[in-house]
Amino acid sequence: MAHGYERHDCEVLVIGAGGAGLRAAIEASAAGARTAVVMKSLLGKAHTVMAEGGMAAALAHVDDRDSWKVHFADTMRGGQYLNQWRMAEIHAKEAPERVRELEAWGALFDRTADGRILQRNFGGHRYPRLAHVGDRTGLEMIRTLQDHGVHQGIDFHMETTAFRLLKDGERIAGALCYERERGRFVVFRARAVVLATGGIGRAYRITSNSWEYTGDGHALAYHAGASLMDMEFVQFHPTGMVWPPSVRGVLVTEGVRGEGGVLRNRDGHRFMFDDIPENYRNQTATDPDEGWRYVIGDKNARRPPELLTRDHVARCINREIKAGRGSPHGGVYLDIAWIREKLGDAAREHIRRKLPSMYHQFKQLAGIDITVEPMEVGPTVHYIMGGVRVDPETQMSDVPGLFAAGEVAAGLHGANRLGGNSLSDLLVFGRRAGLYAAQYARSVSDPTLDEDDIQRAAAEALAPFERDGGENPYALQRELQDLMQDLVGIVRTEAELLRALEGIARLRERARNVSVGGNREYNPGWHTALDLEPLLTVSEAITRAALERKESRGGHFRDDYPNKDPQYGAFNLVVRKAADGTMQLERRPLAPMPEELTRIIEEQK
Amino acid sequence: MTAHPTRRVTLRIWRGDRNDGRFVDYVADVDEGMVVLDAVHLVQATQAPDLAVRWNCKAGKCGSCSAEVNGMPRLMCMTRIDQLPADEPITVEPMAAFPLVRDLVTDVRWNYEVKKKIRPFRPRKPDAADGTWRMDQEDVDRVQEFRKCIECFLCQNVCHVLRDHDKHAEFIGPRFFVYAAALEMHPLDTEDRLADLRHRDGIGYCNITKCCTVVCPEHITITDNAIIPLKERVADRFYDPIRRALRVLFGD
Repeated sequence: MAHGYERHDCEVLVIGAGGAGLRAAIEASAAGARTAVVMKSLLGKAHTVMAEGGMAAALAHVDDRDSWKVHFADTMRGGQYLNQWRMAEIHAKEAPERVRELEAWGALFDRTADGRILQRNFGGHRYPRLAHVGDRTGLEMIRTLQDHGVHQGIDFHMETTAFRLLKDGERIAGALCYERERGRFVVFRARAVVLATGGIGRAYRITSNSWEYTGDGHALAYHAGASLMDMEFVQFHPTGMVWPPSVRGVLVTEGVRGEGGVLRNRDGHRFMFDDIPENYRNQTATDPDEGWRYVIGDKNARRPPELLTRDHVARCINREIKAGRGSPHGGVYLDIAWIREKLGDAAREHIRRKLPSMYHQFKQLAGIDITVEPMEVGPTVHYIMGGVRVDPETQMSDVPGLFAAGEVAAGLHGANRLGGNSLSDLLVFGRRAGLYAAQYARSVSDPTLDEDDIQRAAAEALAPFERDGGENPYALQRELQDLMQDLVGIVRTEAELLRALEGIARLRERARNVSVGGNREYNPGWHTALDLEPLLTVSEAITRAALERKESRGGHFRDDYPNKDPQYGAFNLVVRKAADGTMQLERRPLAPMPEELTRIIEEQK
Repeated sequence: MTAHPTRRVTLRIWRGDRNDGRFVDYVADVDEGMVVLDAVHLVQATQAPDLAVRWNCKAGKCGSCSAEVNGMPRLMCMTRIDQLPADEPITVEPMAAFPLVRDLVTDVRWNYEVKKKIRPFRPRKPDAADGTWRMDQEDVDRVQEFRKCIECFLCQNVCHVLRDHDKHAEFIGPRFFVYAAALEMHPLDTEDRLADLRHRDGIGYCNITKCCTVVCPEHITITDNAIIPLKERVADRFYDPIRRALRVLFGD
């Protein structure tokens, strides 16, 4: 019997309604394309809402020495020069305009004394650069896009998950989705599809990411024939909560360090001063006094070592913990309360004003008052630099008509992302993906859907209901998370990566035998079962790429190859699905950088 | 790592759909510091795989996991089990002011429809030399309070005009008075929403019982800072005797 479905036609289908998806949909719609958006959650609940610190843009409101050139050089240095330089250039040039546009749509950022958008310090950024709203910038951003977007004639489908991309020959033709609420299938025929599905954090046990982050877009693109790139680079945010156990991994914003928070080990030692990488030495304070002067805006001071890049800070924290110098619950101390020594009684109010949700989060969940006590923190999986390989200008993948923007796309961040560069990434490349998807859609005719493909995909999606007494999907997901956390974590070795590959293959076999009970209406057991395939696919891609990169760089650290190797700085690793269904890896040389940009990087060293 | 104590609790969770439902007891061993959402997930992973619950961030920032815990509207992710009475079952049930989908999940689409009807932000022309605006932090602060809203809809759930009197067709509820206030008090906005608030949005139905303010997980002073100022603006416009006379003479 044929599986029924509801059919929609559109010109541009956007998958995901976080910052990138909403910005893409707004632009596609403005360009005249009939645009639909599907999202796994309710509108306004996407993971963007959890972004705290701010969005990086060289507005130069706080320090007039800032410019797109400095932002570009900072982004490239932070990414260890594996970034697609053209994306880093576009991003640095266009981010200020995207921030101002958000203000014109109603966003209310914190202000400077002369009434302009205020900017704060963040790791790896030479000057205060992050436009922000206290520590809830992501909420401001998503609400602004949501409230603007609903008046643009876009067709929103809430709680609808994309299960399979559909193709017409080589080109994209749409997607098969299911509604979570009723469990019904919905087929979108679309001339262009924009993936804006975010990341993969749910492949790990300790993560700041919500349940939605199951690598859907990465896997959809991979199975549709697109290339994934830089998958070995997973960002461990240095500061997640570690206690109590149930909140382990929940994000503690880098803004805490931007406002003067310091990291200490069990002995009260500020260990970040012990290990400052050579390429940041010129930009880093030599003593705590200089670091504090930087925090309060002394232009002659250099930034404290707590504001080094996330990959480095996370590794330093990991080392302290491994060496037995950690806090009681297996973290280190992050102390913002100490600024009382500098600010006196005003410190308390200052902390609550600049970090209100951190204050609330620790008070409520851990019983800690961060204005008087230090927090316990440790690394948590936060972001994947890798993703769908796209054209830097248009965001189109190797598959005609398939675009990607935001975390699901690769290229901007190279081997490590700077904090604050994600929100601006969403806006800059979300807009571009929407614009070029609409342009592409205008240039092609309607695709033809293949009914056999649709029926096959629908049958696959329903297979877990057909089986009895099989594996529990929750338990399998948990086993995968344990495996990735333990074997493909912050420090990697060949032996462990090989064990991980075997483990993933075994889990894949068992995933074929997952069964779920109940019916199709709002059934999280079923949804969890369907999330397993994308999670396994991204886990395999991460592991294979991590095996291949026999060096340490950015978010990828190999204990057996602890140094950076210039030979590996010349290419990105690309993952593709071969004709026989196996995962294949390829080294793709970096595009040569124009002399003008090389000069900018030299000048900023 | 130090060992942490576990505690055995009974969760009395509402199971059912639009047609039929009942409370089902589940026994779970919970770790120190666990929140209600953790316990619900534990039950889901080990005893009831199809237990429907909506959640996202698990950090009080997205407003997805609203429910009634021991009769109180709360975010499940921010409600610690060790702060609930130890000697009785923990009841968890869906919000009452919205139609049930299944188990703990309700149909909140009405809220999205209401929001779309409110006139959107319309800024005045940029007036700074660089083509943008200048705003003082002080003016921004007032609106930032309203913009903290995470749209958990707990205020809507607890408002008796919606919950008991079912005035969904005539009354937009506290969440959208906060939204309207954020727009009306936005330093750049030029739109006028007062006639809508009075005639279409039913602001007169609110009799300031402040239940919404009590349940707001973001501690927004909904009644005092948003609804009452809006009521005053509406009263000034429509009930001021001089303006009323002028309106009779010259129209709106």
